[in-house]
Amino acid sequence: MHFKNANQLVRTIIAGCSAVAALALSGCFDTTLESSPVTGVIYCSEGNPTSFNPQLDTSSTTSDASSHQIYDRLLNFDPQSGKIVPALASSWLISNDGLTYTFQLRRGVKFHNTEYFAPSRTFNADDVIFSIERWRDKIHPFHYVSGGSYPFFTSIGLDDLISKVNRINGYRVEITLSRPDSSFLANLATDFAVILSAEYAQKLTQSKMKDRIDNYPIGTGPFKFKEYKKDHYIRYQKHQDYWLHDKAPQKLIFDITTTSSLRLAKLMTGECDAIAFPAHSELDTIREREDLTLDGRPGLNVGFWAFNTSKYPFDNPKVRRALAMAIDKNTLLEAVYYGSAVSAKSLLPESSWAYQSDTTETNYNPVLARKLLRESGIDEGFTINIWAMPVERAYNPNARKMAELMQNYLIQVGIQVNIVSYEWTTFREKLKEGLHDSVLIGWSADNGDPDNFYRPLLSCSAIESGTNRAMWCSQEYDSLINQALQYSEIEQRIEYYKLANKLIAEQMPLVPLAHAYRYRAHRRDLSGLVINPFGAIRFGDVEKQ
Amino acid sequence: MMLIQIIRKFNLLILTLFVLSILSFSLVYLFPGDPLVNLTGLKDVSPETRQYLLELHGFDGSYIYQYWLYLNNLVEGQWGLSFSSDKPLWEEISQTLPASMELSAYALLLSLIIGVPAGFLAGFQHYKQSDYSLLAASVIGYSMPVFWLSLIMILVFSLQLGWFPLSGRISLLFDIPHQTGFTFIDIFLSDFEFKDAAAMSALQHLILPTLSLTIVTASIIFRITRRSVIDVMASQYILTAYTRGLSSLQVVFRHGVRNALIPIIPIFGMQFAVLLTNAMIVEVIFSWPGIGNWLIQAIYQRDYPAIRAGMLAVSTIVIIVTVCTDLFAKLLNPALTGERRAQI
Repeated sequence: MHFKNANQLVRTIIAGCSAVAALALSGCFDTTLESSPVTGVIYCSEGNPTSFNPQLDTSSTTSDASSHQIYDRLLNFDPQSGKIVPALASSWLISNDGLTYTFQLRRGVKFHNTEYFAPSRTFNADDVIFSIERWRDKIHPFHYVSGGSYPFFTSIGLDDLISKVNRINGYRVEITLSRPDSSFLANLATDFAVILSAEYAQKLTQSKMKDRIDNYPIGTGPFKFKEYKKDHYIRYQKHQDYWLHDKAPQKLIFDITTTSSLRLAKLMTGECDAIAFPAHSELDTIREREDLTLDGRPGLNVGFWAFNTSKYPFDNPKVRRALAMAIDKNTLLEAVYYGSAVSAKSLLPESSWAYQSDTTETNYNPVLARKLLRESGIDEGFTINIWAMPVERAYNPNARKMAELMQNYLIQVGIQVNIVSYEWTTFREKLKEGLHDSVLIGWSADNGDPDNFYRPLLSCSAIESGTNRAMWCSQEYDSLINQALQYSEIEQRIEYYKLANKLIAEQMPLVPLAHAYRYRAHRRDLSGLVINPFGAIRFGDVEKQ
Repeated sequence: MMLIQIIRKFNLLILTLFVLSILSFSLVYLFPGDPLVNLTGLKDVSPETRQYLLELHGFDGSYIYQYWLYLNNLVEGQWGLSFSSDKPLWEEISQTLPASMELSAYALLLSLIIGVPAGFLAGFQHYKQSDYSLLAASVIGYSMPVFWLSLIMILVFSLQLGWFPLSGRISLLFDIPHQTGFTFIDIFLSDFEFKDAAAMSALQHLILPTLSLTIVTASIIFRITRRSVIDVMASQYILTAYTRGLSSLQVVFRHGVRNALIPIIPIFGMQFAVLLTNAMIVEVIFSWPGIGNWLIQAIYQRDYPAIRAGMLAVSTIVIIVTVCTDLFAKLLNPALTGERRAQI
């Protein structure tokens, strides 16, 4: 009897529960993730920036978070053509001797107005002088704030190159160099040469909070800094008075997500609009999805196989050419880069303005290679070492695998190969000492100037500083690349680089293998996100439908 | 009588907290490295500052004196600095702990809403079809590892169906200032323009982690409730009630529910500890900015001051909640003697 009634009770409970559940569920489903009145762009970045001043750090994480978001430079690279275009400097003049550069500055450019700083004036010559002198002048009051290390400028010797920075008037600045250098303008357009606010620095000096300058940044860029929470996010807000345009998104957020698979997952659910560094293994997943776009273009890098030209038999150009002919680059590209790279003809990738499309490439020709080797007195069964770098880099994601493939190719021409590898630090030290026969390594450039490839990779002085992996020193080559810097006309410079390319192709101190793509994935409704081969990401021109 | 009970519980609380504080103090010495650095979180200080800190924290005196200063600092909220962020630990914990408590509280609430009625349902119908099915379901729910369940939830509901987001507490587009640390209260207090949208976003972010936690906890609560109901319904006074001619509903509501619930309320309180542990795992998977996620990061980075303070904060919360539910159960049913409780 009572059981029957208990059943009734049970039924009532069930009915009640399902009603509650139905209500709860209907509440969840009637809104989708996208419908939100608050607009903005969320970018899933790969790590924490060290500060918000790219002068202080060459890591791309730092420049991504600041260079093009918060700041402007005097000059910019056009991401499509790689040409230098005006930014905060509206025009510039170069003296005939190539030593004096005069910049006419843009008027009416407003700095960020934030909770921590209200600018009283617009951008002028003082800001340019402050920004340059900070890293150039060792007794500048701000030089040692945040450590006093400005790696980009010191590595290319820009602090020595500039001898004087003069204020002509409020909107004209004159920079004097100690020697002509036509890569100077390109260096001013890099991510690192940002313009800070002198007025803000002055205010911080007064309030004795100098060290805030790099963590609470003020610039003229499309976004102003709002909040940074380490390991979590960086918030930016639109700079309403941005000088260039008014189309920047209202909000920009960097969602710091260190795991690559999690970034992809967030992109798929729409929690991020764009992500940094999708892994090579994930590219197909992105391509398959209709709501996602994968952009890739050759980056400013080159992966190569360098011979130690100070050692027998690699001191013989004929042997080097023969070895270059013995390997099939295209197969290597497929197997190691999964098609995400283009075959390299010379040191320079296609996106560089000095790229020479008619360079002759070494073709795969094992028969000729064998013949040349025998002629040079290299017998069947000769053994060489290939050093394969132990780390993954964009320009060579798997050097070990590449070395193994090359092992097979070289055995076809009668050469035995030992693959050598050490821990990365040791590897570079031993490489610098020149203990290798040949090495698989590469180079990523910091700016669009061709000198950034030619000089560090093959000049005589680069043997000393440890970036010339071929230990190759040619007076002819050095004079060619030095002469190229004497001219500021692109056409004249290209002529010298052509000659340099020809010399490299004849001498073959290294075999250029590949220019790897740079990838970026974003949701289809995001437009205007252009991959900038010359450095950091730019969100100012991005629009979200 | 009642007052004595409260005082007794309060003493227990104080005593346990005392032991905990000693333990956390001893961690300063037990962790590798300089005890002063482990205590303050200040690395690379100048010799003068170091001397000052040594005196400030009583390192020139006995351990007991140091402990006394440590206690004072704890009470004042001077918990030291984190190695990795250089921010005061008190501030960091007061931002992360509410997030974990929020998640655990919702999960516990939902577990009770599901577990208790289901437990009664099965209890009344025990050894019948519906009881067996619920029991089977609870075994499955109970035995699923929570991290695996979370991943499956993400796979199905976020990546396949796209219904719910998979990380965080709220979309980052909503810039809700931190006030209490409880999202919905913060949204309500903020002068944000689109409170509805923000609350909706917060709700969407909450669902998957809460469900992942609920399935396990609800199964446990269901099993406890069912057992208790079966015991109560078989007891003499229920049978007496029936013989007195009361209807089933009257019997269940007047005698059954209360008597079945009272003994198990302290056990629910204890579930909070389990829940908080599970919540920490779930936090890592859903990138929930709670104390679990924070502590795991601290462990990865060997942030000793943070590990010490985080451990202290979490265990304090667990102890306070456990003692409070215990006290609450006592207040509900003062007649409960030690003997009767021992059976639970």
